Amino acid sequence: MKEEIIIAGFGGQGVLSMGKILAYSGLMEDKEVTWMPSYGPEQRGGTANVTVILSDEKISSPILNSYDMAVVLNQQSLDKFEEKVKPGGILMYDSYGIHTPPTRKDIKVYCVDAMDATFDLGNNKAFNMIILGAMLKLMPVVTIESVLKGLKQTLPERHHHLIPMNEEALKKGMSLIKE
Amino acid sequence: MKEEVKLMKGNEALAHAAIRYGCDGYFGYPITPQSEVLETLMEEMPWETTGMVVLQAESEVAAINMVYGGAACGKTVFTSSSSPGVSLMQEGVSYIAASELPVLLINVMRGGPGLGTIHPSQADYFQATKGGGHGDYHLITLAPSTVQEMCDFVGLGWDLAFKYRTPAIILADGIVGQMMEKVILPPQRPRRTDEEIKKLCPWAITGKTSDRKKNIVTSLELDTAIMEDNNERFQRTYRKIEKAEKRYEAIGTDNCDFLIVAFGSMARICQKSIELAAKAGVKIGLIRPITLWPFPSEAVAEAAKNCKGVLVVELNAGQMIEDVRLAINDSNMPIEHYGRLGGIVPNPDEVFEALNNQLINK
Repeated sequence: MKEEIIIAGFGGQGVLSMGKILAYSGLMEDKEVTWMPSYGPEQRGGTANVTVILSDEKISSPILNSYDMAVVLNQQSLDKFEEKVKPGGILMYDSYGIHTPPTRKDIKVYCVDAMDATFDLGNNKAFNMIILGAMLKLMPVVTIESVLKGLKQTLPERHHHLIPMNEEALKKGMSLIKE
Repeated sequence: MKEEVKLMKGNEALAHAAIRYGCDGYFGYPITPQSEVLETLMEEMPWETTGMVVLQAESEVAAINMVYGGAACGKTVFTSSSSPGVSLMQEGVSYIAASELPVLLINVMRGGPGLGTIHPSQADYFQATKGGGHGDYHLITLAPSTVQEMCDFVGLGWDLAFKYRTPAIILADGIVGQMMEKVILPPQRPRRTDEEIKKLCPWAITGKTSDRKKNIVTSLELDTAIMEDNNERFQRTYRKIEKAEKRYEAIGTDNCDFLIVAFGSMARICQKSIELAAKAGVKIGLIRPITLWPFPSEAVAEAAKNCKGVLVVELNAGQMIEDVRLAINDSNMPIEHYGRLGGIVPNPDEVFEALNNQLINK
């Protein structure tokens, strides 16, 4: 097993944190993981992206040019990463603010309305966990249990009451994917 | 603290490894892409647990001289910075080398020259391996390619620095500094006691007692004959290090068609390019020097012996390639360079294309 994933959007959408939660969940399952962010001044209000690789074996390059899955959360990222999904791979995007949808036919394309789901849940902080839930439904690279276990281990005790809300958001995200 | 498995950035691993090694003091000044070293140390507050000092100096010049002072007292001390900050430190580094002090330096390289960019680079290879400051000296130069090595080389760096009484440097880059990976942190070691320091470092400034002559730590020696003796002693140490401490990783170098030589995170990117080449039916070996000084010349020469050509891949305009050419020393062997500059990092496809253009299809 080796999955090469890019998550891209605006800085502030929780792109880097989502990648971190994904990587940490991989660690919970004893996988090899790398998390490589785009870092620098472009993060402040601009685009942010992170490459997450999960594998059963030692990982070579943390820098990639093609991905098994791209999760994109704005138009700029869609324009940039649609062409970088491997043939047969998965492109998942949030419909909010997308004016030019993807056109490739050799990949599986999924559109989720995560922003709307966020308003349904009444918690605008849950956006990236909804995205993560949808993503894990399409590519079950780690289990929800590992994600929750990871959260429990990394969040300070005073934030543990937020874990059920995160679980709800993950499940909401999963429900957005209908085959 | 016991051994622990964590997910963290390379820079964070450096900080945790230092605390757990039993470090006495860190002196530094923030600069991207290595600020997490200082930030992590401040967050961990080791002064409350092990008693380690963490100090943000007023500049890199101050930081390196604080490290100089700490090391002169036999303490386990280090500093970290990124390229422009490391340039500021060079006077102090030369003094530390001349004073024969065990110090750990860390450079998480960014694109230069000048203030340059904050993105990954390997353009300080010459500075680290050939002596960035003045005079005839060397730094033991370790090049990590994983977060685990960022952690492990802290201990290795200090072990070697104390063994040979010479400064060592971890030459990392923005990729391995900013990337998160799984890392096994070693168990906590106690800091050395004053008695242990006196025993291990009889040269250190620990307060003169009546049963020994005074220790003087200095780089100044106006008597040229003595200064030549000092230099010859340094050179004897360097020859010993060259003999005993060369380290490298060799992957698929038996019967390979071509050889790549690359260090640090660039070596990992090249590994993926090698996988792409294997799918195209071309067998490519990789030598990843782990010590850039002393350079593993024999291993490079041996691996290149039956190859049709060598590609040196670096995030610079061609620095390590000089050591590769010296090692192979064969004007008939094609030795090509591929590099990106100023903070740009090539992806595995681009390296594969360079392999095709510069060696395979030539």
